[in-house]
Amino acid sequence: MISKNLPRILVYGVLLIAAFFFLAPLYVMLATSFKDAAQIRSGNLLSLPTSLNFESWKLAWSSACTGVDCRGLQPYFINSLIMAVPAVLVSTAWGAINGYVLSMWKFKGSEVLFGFMLFGVFMPFQVVLLPMSQVLGFLGLSSSLGGLILVHCIAGLAGTTLFFRNYYTAIPKELVNAARIDGAGFWRIFFRIVIPMSTPILMVTLIWQFTNIWNDFLFGVAFSGADSKPITVGLNNMANTSSSVKAYNVDMAAAVIAGLPTMLVYVLAGQYFVKGLTAGAVKG
Amino acid sequence: MAASLQIAGIRKVFGKGDKAVEVLKKIEIDVAPGEFLILVGPSGCGKSTLLNIIAGLEEPSEGELRIAGKNVVGIAPAQRDIAMVFQSYALYPTMSVADNIGFALEMRKVPLEQRQKRIAEVAAMLQIEHLLDRRPAQLSGGQRQRVAMGRALARDPQLFLFDEPLSNLDAKLRVEMRAEIKRLHQISGITSVYVTHDQIEAMTLGSRIAVMKDGILQQIGSPDEIYGRPANRYVAGFIGSPTMNFLDGTVQTGGPNGRFVCQGDTLDLPCPDPQALTLGLRPEHIQLTANNGGWRGEVMLVEPTGADTYVVLKTGAGVITVRAPASTHLAVGAHVGLEIDRQHCNWFNTTTGVRID
Repeated sequence: MISKNLPRILVYGVLLIAAFFFLAPLYVMLATSFKDAAQIRSGNLLSLPTSLNFESWKLAWSSACTGVDCRGLQPYFINSLIMAVPAVLVSTAWGAINGYVLSMWKFKGSEVLFGFMLFGVFMPFQVVLLPMSQVLGFLGLSSSLGGLILVHCIAGLAGTTLFFRNYYTAIPKELVNAARIDGAGFWRIFFRIVIPMSTPILMVTLIWQFTNIWNDFLFGVAFSGADSKPITVGLNNMANTSSSVKAYNVDMAAAVIAGLPTMLVYVLAGQYFVKGLTAGAVKG
Repeated sequence: MAASLQIAGIRKVFGKGDKAVEVLKKIEIDVAPGEFLILVGPSGCGKSTLLNIIAGLEEPSEGELRIAGKNVVGIAPAQRDIAMVFQSYALYPTMSVADNIGFALEMRKVPLEQRQKRIAEVAAMLQIEHLLDRRPAQLSGGQRQRVAMGRALARDPQLFLFDEPLSNLDAKLRVEMRAEIKRLHQISGITSVYVTHDQIEAMTLGSRIAVMKDGILQQIGSPDEIYGRPANRYVAGFIGSPTMNFLDGTVQTGGPNGRFVCQGDTLDLPCPDPQALTLGLRPEHIQLTANNGGWRGEVMLVEPTGADTYVVLKTGAGVITVRAPASTHLAVGAHVGLEIDRQHCNWFNTTTGVRID
């Protein structure tokens, strides 16, 4: 019996170890965030909190200090929301239109154009920091949330275009031709026929973009002003603010708060994620 | 409302310069109102490109296309008042059957009430009333085909275009839908252009057939003309199953009591003037006889099909196929006499393939 099941036991063993490896930090973060200072000092890292203490969560959210500013993470969280929601929606919609054009309304040079867009997927963003800051300055968007939204839209465009273009390539061209003969134009075909077929790839792109933009640190550090820092930068600054005692529980609570929205988006739309990544041609 | 269609000097070239490929070479076809024209040919002959040009999905490089007398080159597909049935059906996967059928009407801003009435009419005509609420993915192949037909019928267009609509169906359904298409054409009387590579579909459906090869129109005519008097050797070989027998040889004596020498055999039949020619004989125009005096052959293969039996024979003139009655029972290796139906000899120039009368 054992020899027969050995491969299966090995597989589960490896998977369990992997799951533990990835979940352990989450556990430590959550456990630590509920401990009070005394327990942190005394106990070991992996012990369970003796009581559920929400004090550090309240502190992290609304009154932890970054330098002299003691408003917690709240303003950064709101900044991130104001930045991420429009940037995600615009870059996704823009990518959908690009993908639609590049797959179904090919024109002379559209393949070359798509090739250039692909550079954007692989390009390290550090390269564009200086020119981008000049452009933002030129547009009067330096150190503002508007500037960050613009940067994220443009930076995400290559990826979203690639997603939609590859998905739409699998849709038979005859469908577009049929709609053209039926009397639908460019936008009607897009909204009535193509978009209703796009749910899986829309979900993938939304999750992808939201995760990228919410978690972005580079652009947040480089292009934000005093009032427009996103949560990643806020978290970093808060954790680096030195005080006499390091408040690990507050830092951990803050980190969980910072990561919560992406987890939530994944839980809500995640069932489409795998489906969308593996979806092949749309059978008519 | 049936419209005429004129294809006047249509050329289509893909690519430029050295890489240019001419897929349609000066096609000229006149289709009368109410006619059912078949475009038939092997893949790559340009028939689908021609259909796409008629639909407006592609623009011709040269030439005019007139629907009901009006030149439509440069006019968008939607403005041509045509409907098209695609090989893959191209049903909108996220819409119900009713919405699929009504989509073209909706795009043309037909009021909802009128639209629903028309959808019901079309559904009744095609016997798909019970499917109206379903999605295309929930339908069988034959049902999808019917919905695709319904979508085309709904608008009552001037011109119907079919792009190999039956090639995704199994053999039995194909025969059924073929009859259905013929019936619908008889009811509606709408001018139709139908692309296929299936010669049986071409023969059964078409009021006229246009045979194409390499972007050139080889022959256009009624099914009888195409079958009985093929314009060249290519058409003769393409239409008809089993295919026509071709015998290369030389006419020694012309006239009604002529003589055709074909490799080892000499055939006595009406001949054109003496010259090197190819004789084309349909399998049903050669009979097996007990007469031992004339042309003879040795049985190589017997293929019973139920209605007929095809007999493949080796003769001095080459290997030929004969369509014999189903009651024929022959042993392989048997020697039989052959008699040519003298009314149905087709003569072709051996080098150019052109028909000679």
